[in-house]
Order: sequence, then C-alpha cells, then structure tokens
Amino acid sequence: MALSNETIQNKLIEKFGDQVLNFSTASGILSFESPKEINLKVLQYLYEEPSLGFTFLTDLCGVNYPDNIGAELVVVYHLHNFSENIRLRYSISTSINETAVFTVSKLFESANWMERETYDFFGINFVGHPNLKRILNVEEMDYFPLRKEYPLEDQTRIDKDDEMFGRG
Amino acid sequence: MEHQSHITLPKGSIEKTTTTLNIGPTHPATHGVFQNIMEVDGERVVSTEQTVGYIHRAFEKLAERRPLYQITPITDRLNYCSSPINNMGWHITCERFLKLELPKRVDYLRVIIMELARISDHLICNSIVGVDTGAYTGFLYVMQYRELIYEIYEEVSGSRLTTNIGRIGGFERNFTNTAFTKLEKFLNEYPKVLKEFENLFARNRIFMERTQGTGGISAERALNYGFTGPNLRAAGVDYDVRVQQPYSSYQDFDFKVPVGTTGDNYDRFLVRNAEMYESISIIKQAYQKIQNFKGAEAEIYHADVPEYYLPKKEDVYTKMEALIWHFKIIMGEIELPKGQIYSAVEGGNGELGFYLISDGGRTPFRLHFRRPCFIYYQAFEELIKGGMLSDAVVTMSSLNLIAGELDA
Repeated sequence: MALSNETIQNKLIEKFGDQVLNFSTASGILSFESPKEINLKVLQYLYEEPSLGFTFLTDLCGVNYPDNIGAELVVVYHLHNFSENIRLRYSISTSINETAVFTVSKLFESANWMERETYDFFGINFVGHPNLKRILNVEEMDYFPLRKEYPLEDQTRIDKDDEMFGRG
Repeated sequence: MEHQSHITLPKGSIEKTTTTLNIGPTHPATHGVFQNIMEVDGERVVSTEQTVGYIHRAFEKLAERRPLYQITPITDRLNYCSSPINNMGWHITCERFLKLELPKRVDYLRVIIMELARISDHLICNSIVGVDTGAYTGFLYVMQYRELIYEIYEEVSGSRLTTNIGRIGGFERNFTNTAFTKLEKFLNEYPKVLKEFENLFARNRIFMERTQGTGGISAERALNYGFTGPNLRAAGVDYDVRVQQPYSSYQDFDFKVPVGTTGDNYDRFLVRNAEMYESISIIKQAYQKIQNFKGAEAEIYHADVPEYYLPKKEDVYTKMEALIWHFKIIMGEIELPKGQIYSAVEGGNGELGFYLISDGGRTPFRLHFRRPCFIYYQAFEELIKGGMLSDAVVTMSSLNLIAGELDA
C-alpha cells in the first residue's frame, strides 16, 4: 500500500532503464532526471500507472544554470499523489540554443499557464502547446528576463539621476 | 450613403452574431486588476480570454538578489488579503531548508496568526460574493471584524496590510498583553457575527439561486486544473496541506476539513464559511496551549539561531559577538547551504508553495512561488462558459482571485 521513494525509483528504472537517472532525496522529496525527449512518456507513466498515480501537477517552473554548457535550461515538475500523500520532483534539461521541449498541457490542464510562464521568463519552447505566448510580461518584450544573463541593476551604481524620485 | 473606407473593421465583424465585450483591466465588478475579453451572445458567455500580468513586479528575479530575510516583504505582496500566511510560509521554508527546530510556543503563536489571516481572507472573499449578488450589508458588517484582526497584526508586527510578520526562527517580539486582549475580544465576539453573516446568506433564496449551479467544476477537472484550497475542497477533494503535510505543529490541533460536492459558487461559499468556524476552533486551542506554558517557557518567542535571528538591540550596543551577527545578518553576509527545497503551506486560497534553490551563495539561486490562484484562474473559461455574464462576475469573486498573487 504505502508507496515509498524506493518503490517509485525501482518502478521507474524497471520501465525506463538507464534513461532515468540522478535519483536523490532532498528533504523527503525524491528527485530524478531524464533526457528531455521522454518527458511526456515519463509523466504519462507516472500519471497512468495505477500503483504510482501522480495525477496532480503541483508546480512547473524553469531554472537557468548558465555554467552547465549544453544543459543551461531546466524544467522542473513537482508532482503529487494525494491518496498516498507523496511528492515527486522530476526535471529535464535542455540547451539554451535548442529549447524545444514537449508540452505536458494535454496531460495536465494546469500546465498550460505554467508553461506559458516558463516560456515567458526562460524562453523554453514547449512544442505542441495550444497557446504559447507571453503571459506576465508584455508581448513586445524580446528577451527572457529570468535567465542569468540579465542581472539585476547594481544597487550601488551612482551614475543614475534619481533626483526626480527624491533619492538624488 | 457614401462608403466610409477609412474605417477598417476586423474581418467577419459584421457577420458575426456575438459581441466582444472587454471587462477590465480595472472594472468595479472585478475587485482587482483583471482583464477578460469575452464573447457574449446576449447575456450568455460564449468564450473568454483572461489577460493577466498587469501588476507583475518580477518578484522571482528580485528574490535572486536578496538575502532570505529581505524576501519576506516580497511575500507580503502576493496574496495581500492574508499576508501573514505568506510570511510564515516563507519563514517555514527557510527554517526547513536550514533545518532549524522551533519551540512549540512559536509554532502555536504562528498558528494563531495564520488562522486569523485565513479568517480575514475568507471573510473578504465571502462578503464580496455577497456584494456581487446584491447584498452589501454583510460586507460592511464583517469589515469591523477584519479591522479587529488587523489591529492584532498591528499589535504584533506594527503594520496592518503588508505585515512582514515574524522572522526566520520566530517572531520579532513577544505578543503583548494588548494583543492577547484583542484576541480574546475577537474570539468572544466573532463567532456570533459569523453566525449572523451565515444566516444572512446560507439559506437566503436569492443568494442560493444566484450561486447554486453556477461556476461549478467536477473533482476530476478541478484536480487536472491544479485547484487547491477551498476551491478544490468545494469540489469534494479533502486535500489540505495542514493535514497532509503538517507544518508549524498543525498536527497538535483537532479540526475538520470541510468539503463540498458540486464545486459551484454556493459550495465554495459554504466551505469557506465552515473553514472560518474551524479556524476559530484552532485559534482557541492554540491560545489554550499557549496559556498552559509556565515560567520561562511562557516567554519564548523565537528559536536560538544567531545566524538568522537578530540579536537584542542592547546586546548589539554592548557585546562584540552580537554586533558582528547583527552586521552580518543585516548586510546579508550569511552563506546558505547548498541544496533545494519545495515547501508548501495552506494559504488563503490554496497551496502556497516555495521552491528554493541555493547554490551556496548568500541569496537564493532561484526562488519560485507556486501561486494557487495563478494556476486555478486558467479554469475560469470552463467555469463560466454558457452561463450568464452576471454569474461570471460572481464566479470570479468566489474563486478568491487576488491580483497580487496572480501576477507575482
């Protein structure tokens, strides 16, 4: 009955072999990775396999690791099995030059906007998404602001005229 | 008549039988910055497209430059109807990440504040549903009890709306006697008012006919859409983070998780109402537990974590050690451990999650907020399709959409 992290890990390895990798457990949540090509297969398996039943997509977000050449962008899925009350973290990585990733919005309606948000901030191109356009930023924006190549303004800069705002 | 060639209408706009109606971004009926471009056939909604992002403030980017304690004021501005829950959610995330143990009294004090925040959140939502169905009285009447809750916040943290309440490791100061007196006043007076409020609506024929059967969703669809919180529970799924993954010692409390069946506006109203009674009961239990502490234990309001919790001001002026910690904390010179964590609390309108990634620097490498209303607002079109325009307005308020949380 009780679903444990080991059971999940074994089931995944049984199904996908060495394509699922880097299993680790951080603060109780099992995390693993896979090549981006099979993300839909993995999520569908987790969703449809009755003994796993990860039918709830809690969260989907992007992360940018500029130092991981060839895997700069990461998409992180947080899944939840309500009846067993267990969470799972699954991530795929993609190159910043070739950001196509399959959408999971057919599996989870909730992924629709979360993928739009991830596209908006990281420029990850979700292939097959019904309406992939910017959601929080203006449509005219031509960059992806949460990427690490866009640092926040230096708070100690002094070349700016702030008199208009009472900070001069 | 001469043909006016300088006007170019969109293609097919003469032939089409529906009307395009733009509601928002600011509109008296939307209670926040929401824009909807609706196709209406008479008064029936054919389709709608929600536009969000009007008050986007790039919190996730801002957080990458701030030490942990400076992120708390950002969380205030997510769901600003219940900022203390956001604050506590963030503190709990940090504490779990840093593996800090908190004294029980701190947990109970936090529970009191969080449940007060839940009441004020639900109170606003339910009374606004009342306003949108034509009953302004309830809204005005309960406002004075929200005021009382805000006075308690003020007594504890010094501010009312964007509270910045608590610190990593505890509270900034102990609760004063005034705070407890106000809490007692609230606990004495509010249940009666809530009962009156409920009597005004729950079996009111007009209210029932306006809300029953509108904006409904099945449990399966709600789960697929990522609903959490009262909206999911109204659809019949008893998922509550407080029960499933207890934080801040919620396991020590005895409370029910109310659920509905149809997921419509009426059920959402009833679930929120029932949750307010449960919150009152939790606050009473927590207050009782706090009164049971004796001696030195009864004065504890923070854990002993010198790396994150500011030392006392008189120590800063007289002791070298305290001065060093004070400086290091304020300047954000504490290196975080490496790792990542996802931690969630039950916010006013659902599971409020924080996904924190640290690379060992002084600020988060990445911080993602799981904002419940951003996720469930997607379902709005499905909820209102085929219904009346006036029901769409009620549905919108009964979903408890908060623009600040939606746009982050």
